Amino acid sequence: MNRFDYIKPASVSEAVTEAARPGSAYLAAGTNMLDLMKVGVVGPERIIDVTGLPGLADIEWLTDGSVRIGALVRNSDLAYDTRFAETFPMVAEALLSGASAQLRNAATVGGNLMQRTRCAYFLDPASACNKREPGSGCDAREGENRLHAVIGFTEHCIAVHPSDFCVPLVALGAEVEVESLDGKRTIPLAEFHLLPGDTPHVETALRPGELITGLKLPAQAAAFSGHARYLKLRERTSYAFAVVSAAAALDMADGRIRQARIALGGVAAKPWRAEEAEASLVGAEASPSVFARAGEIALAGAHPSGSNAFKIELARRIVARALALALEGTPEAMPALPASPFSTLSGETSGVAHVA
Amino acid sequence: MSPDTQSTTIPRHVRHGSNAGQPVSRRDGVLKVTGAATYAADNHPEGMLHAVIVPSTIARGRVRSLDVSAAKAHPGIVEVITPENRIPLHFDPNDKMPPFGFRVEVLQDDSVRYVNQPIAVVVAETLEAATEGARLLAPRYEEELPRTDLDNGERYDAEAVGVGAPAVTTAGDIDAGFAAATRVTEAEYYTPPQYHNAMEPHAVVAEWNGDHLTLDMPNQALRMSAASYAQYFGIPVENVLIRSPFLGGGFGSKAILNGPQILGILAARQVGRPVKLVLTRAQMYGPVGHRGRTWQKLRLGTDAEGKLTALHHTSIGATSSFDDFVEPAANTSLMLYASPAIRADHKGLRLDIGTPGPMRAPGEASGSAALEVAIDEAAQACGMDPLAFRLANYAETEPTSGRPYSSKALRECYEQGAASFGWSNRPLEPGTMRDENGFLVGWGMGTAVFPCPQFPAEARATLRADGTALVETGGVDMGQGAWTALAQLAAEALGLDLDQVEFHSGRSDLPDGGVAGGSGHTASAGQALSNAGSDVIAQLSEIAVNDPDSPLFGAGNIGVVAGEGRLYRRDDETRSETYAEILARAGRAELVGSGKSGRDPASADRFAMNSHGAVFAEVKVDPALMQVKVTRLVGAFAAGRVINPKLVRSQYYGGMIWGISFALQEEALADRRTGRIMNADLAEYHVPVNADVPEMEAILVPEVDPHVSPLGIKGVGEIGVTGTVGAIANAVWHATGIRVRKYPIRLEDLLARR
Amino acid sequence: MSLSISLAINGRKHDVALDDPRVTLLDLLRERLDLPGTKKGCDRGQCGACTVLIDGRRINSCLTLAASLDGAEITTIEGLSDGEDLHPVQAAFIEHDAFQCGYCTPGQIMSAVGLIKEGMAGDDPERVRELMSGNICRCGAYQGITEAVLEAQRKLADREKPATGKDAA
Repeated sequence: MNRFDYIKPASVSEAVTEAARPGSAYLAAGTNMLDLMKVGVVGPERIIDVTGLPGLADIEWLTDGSVRIGALVRNSDLAYDTRFAETFPMVAEALLSGASAQLRNAATVGGNLMQRTRCAYFLDPASACNKREPGSGCDAREGENRLHAVIGFTEHCIAVHPSDFCVPLVALGAEVEVESLDGKRTIPLAEFHLLPGDTPHVETALRPGELITGLKLPAQAAAFSGHARYLKLRERTSYAFAVVSAAAALDMADGRIRQARIALGGVAAKPWRAEEAEASLVGAEASPSVFARAGEIALAGAHPSGSNAFKIELARRIVARALALALEGTPEAMPALPASPFSTLSGETSGVAHVA
Repeated sequence: MSPDTQSTTIPRHVRHGSNAGQPVSRRDGVLKVTGAATYAADNHPEGMLHAVIVPSTIARGRVRSLDVSAAKAHPGIVEVITPENRIPLHFDPNDKMPPFGFRVEVLQDDSVRYVNQPIAVVVAETLEAATEGARLLAPRYEEELPRTDLDNGERYDAEAVGVGAPAVTTAGDIDAGFAAATRVTEAEYYTPPQYHNAMEPHAVVAEWNGDHLTLDMPNQALRMSAASYAQYFGIPVENVLIRSPFLGGGFGSKAILNGPQILGILAARQVGRPVKLVLTRAQMYGPVGHRGRTWQKLRLGTDAEGKLTALHHTSIGATSSFDDFVEPAANTSLMLYASPAIRADHKGLRLDIGTPGPMRAPGEASGSAALEVAIDEAAQACGMDPLAFRLANYAETEPTSGRPYSSKALRECYEQGAASFGWSNRPLEPGTMRDENGFLVGWGMGTAVFPCPQFPAEARATLRADGTALVETGGVDMGQGAWTALAQLAAEALGLDLDQVEFHSGRSDLPDGGVAGGSGHTASAGQALSNAGSDVIAQLSEIAVNDPDSPLFGAGNIGVVAGEGRLYRRDDETRSETYAEILARAGRAELVGSGKSGRDPASADRFAMNSHGAVFAEVKVDPALMQVKVTRLVGAFAAGRVINPKLVRSQYYGGMIWGISFALQEEALADRRTGRIMNADLAEYHVPVNADVPEMEAILVPEVDPHVSPLGIKGVGEIGVTGTVGAIANAVWHATGIRVRKYPIRLEDLLARR
Repeated sequence: MSLSISLAINGRKHDVALDDPRVTLLDLLRERLDLPGTKKGCDRGQCGACTVLIDGRRINSCLTLAASLDGAEITTIEGLSDGEDLHPVQAAFIEHDAFQCGYCTPGQIMSAVGLIKEGMAGDDPERVRELMSGNICRCGAYQGITEAVLEAQRKLADREKPATGKDAA
């Protein structure tokens, strides 16, 4: 890790003032940032530790029914907040499917939004990576890329965004509150993360020095609370990033779908909201075939970026499955294995039936 | 702190019983749960500096430049060691030191032979400074195209595989065997490179005092290593002290000398201060061994009754460009099934990788991962239940030699495992079972096998005036429970309660406890301890039966029995006295006995000796998403005498969990162009987490073996891996009808065909 | 540049003058404060061996800058037992053979203590497995770990029933 100056501001205004100086970077819990510093992917000269900033660690329910989550709220505190988890169950499920209990106890809402890709070439300073070093190339394209993007990538970058949290958030229309010396503004989460284009190093809509202060979920998002699931395929049962994941939420009325929300994780450089697939469900009677079709539509523009064609089919199927699970209804209790396809397995050995 | 430190501030270990055969809780338990057990990197001698390795990022070529001045400009940097300034060694690291020496990379020149080879060492006042100094060296290379795969590596005929095993073995006429077959099944299997990933990274804290060297390091072979370090540094072996009371896991990776630890010692010598060098997790993917990848082919001939007529197992095993360890995978086929003709042959494949080495069940793990699936495929082809097929081909004698087994309760393992699992309800056809949630369910099995070697080991036992004993051997506890099981054996031989025995171990200045490897440590060091204890009791008996004042006087021909710290007349147990009384009257402050391990050489020739087992697995598979979860594992193992069933069960569980990840998770993925392993960490190189592990059962099948050693102990550390991999792969097939012959079995392998 | 922080570690106050802001809590404990019970397995938040409690919550000490912890209360494995009395989690780990090599054990135990305080697992072994999945045990002692956590949780609950019960950590 390179040497740096450590600054611990006492207020947001002090923080954004400090951050305006070149070479500065914000540090929250550090669960991603410190790791990147250790492996030499980033090397800020000035660390602005925002963990002590007042007023950013609250979950506030506003009178219009929306909720404002401070940027420093810890992942576990949000997931285990009873009202939050009841109102936005798939967000809680996504949070609890990510990382480990220890990391969730540390990681913050703002930090999760700023999580960097797990692309091994990005994380390896000896490899060419346009995201890490603009213009150096992309070694992932001809490399170990079975888990890379199938949507929205370019020849410059095929990395995926690793967050679970952001997937249901983007489906529910979350907004990001930011602040800088120039004042405050709000960015829709759907526009917060950027596709690589020819500038994969520009990953978010944040301007230099801007600090995430909070996240808002609109009141309308609560309409899905009864039919919402997050589903995540992993290569081990827990403590693993998604191969692909999906958030699916339905607003049901008289057996018909009034509105639907679908987003995918692990497929693109941003949490991928599938609005056309959502639209295909509106007014439909829920059935396996309409869910399968929604999966097809969600992945309509997908193609392999390497040896990862299987992810496209998997993503189609996981959309259909997540919708089917959402239709069954949000479970009364958080599953023992949040977001796992095996979340319906109990801890005990279940019975086996012979069908043939 | 080690368990021989008798602490009065913490309660004694939890006990269920005593001595051999009892499920005693670990004697080192309190130390381990309070953080008081010291691992190598926990040491911090006065004046210690931190050393950090600079790993190469290319697989083949040479280092052109290092920015030494940039590193030295960082505050706190004490020295940058490169091939240009490193002090000389007294042994050529390009030579192999007998008996198990590997060639090592210790900055002997500027060449690079694999990724993560040490190319410099930075020594600094703090870990932070050393780490950044290493980064600032910013190496530049002359890079050559690396050989990274089957199609560009150099194939060669291996002289030997594993640790000196023959590369080609033939028994019977293989061509005649296939000619006699009514059916031949043939398939190819792939096993990937796997890394031990012991939780404790390799570390050394080295302190020189003139020509005396003290090393705190995790080490599976204390005396052998001490001798090797003495040679490298040109000092007498008695000047080297290795302390290794606890290893944070070894699995084979801490049995063999490696470059980084030698460099840590060298750095301490060069800077004249104690040095701590700890590998990062990423740096463990290269210089400290791994399980080499294999490309295997199995050809099985069967007759109309489903009996094998021929079994031909070939394996290509990857090794480095500069050393010779080749995974002895095919030799597994020599051990298990009766066949009139068997052939096992190996080829080596030279790649620009770190040299592979022994990793938990070297050979048997990879070999049985292929063989057990091939057997399943042959059973399928014959329309037979896989257990019935295995029983039809049960080897009553060693398949290649016809020698009898010293003991073999494999049939009982099959029976008990199958009964507990409910195997008899298994439908023959795949894809026919579902659970109430709609998941595909599959049941598979595999046979487990592992040899039971006996290694040279020595021990000393000292009976003290107060009737308690000190027993000593340079044993190794890497988690298997040597602190407990070895002490139980010593206590048994001494006729003392476990708590009357002070056990010293884990140091190279004790009698040579031998190697902790090959699942043979308890059998070997335990035999030495047992013999040392028996030696003491024999001496004590001699004194007592010849002492007219002893109630045992004259019992010479009748004999005495030792127990609870007393000697009893064999024919009259009312006549006895304590060890302390005998010693006191004889005016002896102590009695010292010694013992060695050993197997009757005649038995070693006459008998084939293995541990055996049977593993049954249930998997569930999501029918659309194809994610696999192991939901039940039952293993039944027969491994001779069990010293501590609690610890033995833990070994089996651990091995079976390794089987889960071999089958479904572990694979180091190297970039073909650079040879760099792109998942050299614990986030993307997946080993099992708690949620991966189902309820497991390990059945300890009784087995009495009078030939394997006087104590009758075989070994349990590695066998659990061997049957489990195949059992899981076979269960995946049984659930899905899809036969995946490439490990680990991944989502896309199943998805592509469904 | 020197940073002064004040920490309470295992109930004892430490005033630390940090000469380097790069020092993680893990390296502070192990290399500077002579508390090597907390282990380094990966240094990247990928194994859990370094788990400690910060203000009662389990976290990975390898991914926490010491400098950011001014005023924090830290509990490490060295501070868990009450003199000779092992914490119920420690005792249950011995009883259930919930470790082999012991290297991940301090982290497992601190994680288990954190898990029990969080109170989200109930008596469901599957929830315990999931919530202990941030602690890798390469020896594969998971079955014993799960049993030990459940038993310790029961014992702590029983202990808290009378008003005289001690605090879990």
